[in-house]
Amino acid sequence: MVDKAALGAVGVPFTLDVERGKIHELARAVHSTDPAHFTGDHPVTPPTFLTTMFFWEELVAGSNPWALVQMDQKRGMHAEQEYVFHGPPPRAGTRLTCQSRIAEIYEKEGRRGGTLVFAVMVTEFRDASGRLVAEARLTGVETAHSSRGTPPAPRTTEEG
Amino acid sequence: MSARWEDLDEGTTGPAPLVVGPLTRTDFVRYQGASGDMNPVHHDETFAHAAGYPAPLGVGMFAAGLLNTWATGWLGAENVRRTKVRWREQVWPGDVLTCSGTVARRYLEGLERRVDLDLVCTRQDGGVAIVGWATFVVPP
Repeated sequence: MVDKAALGAVGVPFTLDVERGKIHELARAVHSTDPAHFTGDHPVTPPTFLTTMFFWEELVAGSNPWALVQMDQKRGMHAEQEYVFHGPPPRAGTRLTCQSRIAEIYEKEGRRGGTLVFAVMVTEFRDASGRLVAEARLTGVETAHSSRGTPPAPRTTEEG
Repeated sequence: MSARWEDLDEGTTGPAPLVVGPLTRTDFVRYQGASGDMNPVHHDETFAHAAGYPAPLGVGMFAAGLLNTWATGWLGAENVRRTKVRWREQVWPGDVLTCSGTVARRYLEGLERRVDLDLVCTRQDGGVAIVGWATFVVPP
């Protein structure tokens, strides 16, 4: 059951080093052969690369406020995911400082009846100069009924 | 990364779709290891059955990654400025996914040439696994 008191919760900042090997690994996993990800010392990241922030936030207690939303695991699912880049996506060798917050919690009436509860977590990624490089926007939804057959809720550090 | 602004009329469909599959559990595991999402529902048959599923569930962000692989293969990985996906249908081992898209809008933002894409990832039966939207700059 979503706890609306989680709105506004802010995570502890954490560091993400954009690593060349990780870029190769993620790009290969999404069936890319684009030389942009595989050549040179500083290849560019694939558009969904920042999902690997999970590896880094696990190292910093309190960095992921999503658990505070308390979305029911049986009725919750990952509904949408968005990445915005304020310039080219980050390249290998970039150190990003990241911070997540619970930016929205709202309700909608479902088409098949019952109330849907949405929660949005925004993560900001800044470079060494403090420039905002990218933002991730994770939307989870909790349905009124079990969501069997649909994707599970966004993973949290607690699920390991 | 050779797309030219002049060729990106609204409705342009770009290169051939990216067809991936039949998907294997190994595809899911490789993605999970790369991304850090180790939820066992995507690779542990016993766990998936206990949760009421007939097989391990496809990883949502894996299919989203495939869709973006198609888009950046067309317009360039360093040119993407926004990408968004919405999941519709579950994906399963054995599925064949087809990723494609069209130019929805071509415009100038300041002096920068941009295009918005509508993206779609469909399953072998025509069901829509993901709809997506992306924005790219188009360098001169």
